[in-house]
Amino acid sequence: MSATQAPLDVAVWRGDAAGGAFERFEVPAYESQTVLDVVSWIQQYADPTLTYRFACRVGMCGSCAMMVNGVPRWTCRTHVRKVIGEGRLEIAPLRNLPVIKDLAADMDPFFDKWVAAEAVHHPSADRHDAIPPVDPTTEARAAADAGIECINCGICYAACDTVAGNADYLGPAALQRAWTLYNDARDGDRGAILDAVSGSGGCHNCHSMGSCAQACPNELNPMAAIAGLKRATARRWWGGS
Amino acid sequence: MLDLRLYLAQRMSAMVMIPLTLGHIAVMIYAIQDGLTAAEILGRTQGSTFWALFYGTFVVAVSVHAAIGLRVIAHEWFGLARAWLAPFMWAVGAGLLVMGLRSVWAVTA
Amino acid sequence: MRVSRSHPLWLAHVLHRLSGLALALFLPFHFYVLSLALTSPDALDSFLAFSELPLVKVAEFGLVFLLAVHAFGGMRLLALEFLPWSDRHKTMAAGAVGVALFLSGTFFLNAV
Repeated sequence: MSATQAPLDVAVWRGDAAGGAFERFEVPAYESQTVLDVVSWIQQYADPTLTYRFACRVGMCGSCAMMVNGVPRWTCRTHVRKVIGEGRLEIAPLRNLPVIKDLAADMDPFFDKWVAAEAVHHPSADRHDAIPPVDPTTEARAAADAGIECINCGICYAACDTVAGNADYLGPAALQRAWTLYNDARDGDRGAILDAVSGSGGCHNCHSMGSCAQACPNELNPMAAIAGLKRATARRWWGGS
Repeated sequence: MLDLRLYLAQRMSAMVMIPLTLGHIAVMIYAIQDGLTAAEILGRTQGSTFWALFYGTFVVAVSVHAAIGLRVIAHEWFGLARAWLAPFMWAVGAGLLVMGLRSVWAVTA
Repeated sequence: MRVSRSHPLWLAHVLHRLSGLALALFLPFHFYVLSLALTSPDALDSFLAFSELPLVKVAEFGLVFLLAVHAFGGMRLLALEFLPWSDRHKTMAAGAVGVALFLSGTFFLNAV
């Protein structure tokens, strides 16, 4: 494949936790090119010190998530021609997370909040018990199924302004997972889930601006899941189940 | 920041205010016709238990609702530190409550 | 680093927040003017005369719009949170703005 047009004007954020700045590169433009291709080209041909993450490069793992022209995306599934807009690409690490180096964000806070939301399975049986049937047609199971395709890529977390404004806020991914477990017939401690999402960083901080649902590459809807958690916690407070 | 109880207080005060707000907008559209004078307003409201209760409830609800809302804005947009959030919220709520109830008294007494 | 996020429901959120903020800042002034009925009825009357100015009527229209859009936008949020999920939130957000324009427009046409 050879370059077909004028080179791309690409600004890449370089730096670490202490700070950084955008560095500009000229990258050959190709007919069918993703943003991940662009970043890889820079690291391979222009500057080997550029740090970035990817793995599957086919839109399954979420490792390549970065801010592209201000929007969090999977760079392996973002065609340059779709986002080049005014002719410039601006690539930065995921928002709302500390930076390790260049385009690699520190995912620890994201996963810490996952655990803090009790978005972990609470066993209700062990290997000696019969496997309980799970009816896929119940409303609860449908609600759970709507959220289980999450691959923890962090895009919704980066897109959310409430995460940006409130350091305690658990965030859309963790809360969505908590909701899927709340609706899981096998989970043994739904009360713990509701407690975990009712604190000062809990689901009640969500303002339903929907950037999470807008940005999710798997087309999931954390906003709807969080609304479900709000209903469940309110119902419990009023004395329901 | 906003836990379950503050959230419920805000949503419940909001629900209380739905009919009050619609009523208030209706009153405004009615009252503004052919100009507005103090005598016209007071003629409607003075001595009226109904308006005292209507606007008294409105003031209580909005004091709760606005105090919590401003608390959220103060933290998310202006970075007000956690320790200051509760005092700020109570100060806003108390201020609106006192000024509001005084104005309800002023027009219905 | 640039953040680009102006999609419809985000704009609805910003409108809801700004209208709430504006109303909260307006309220102390509103309460003060009304309490003039107690302390200084003449001051109240002269304020009401001042409010006949066209610019004030436009400002009042703005305030009624902000109150209505905050209330109807808020009802959309209450529906989102307490009623079964609906996919029509962009439509509802547009509806809230529409109803608010209708009510504040009605107010304005009766005020001038």
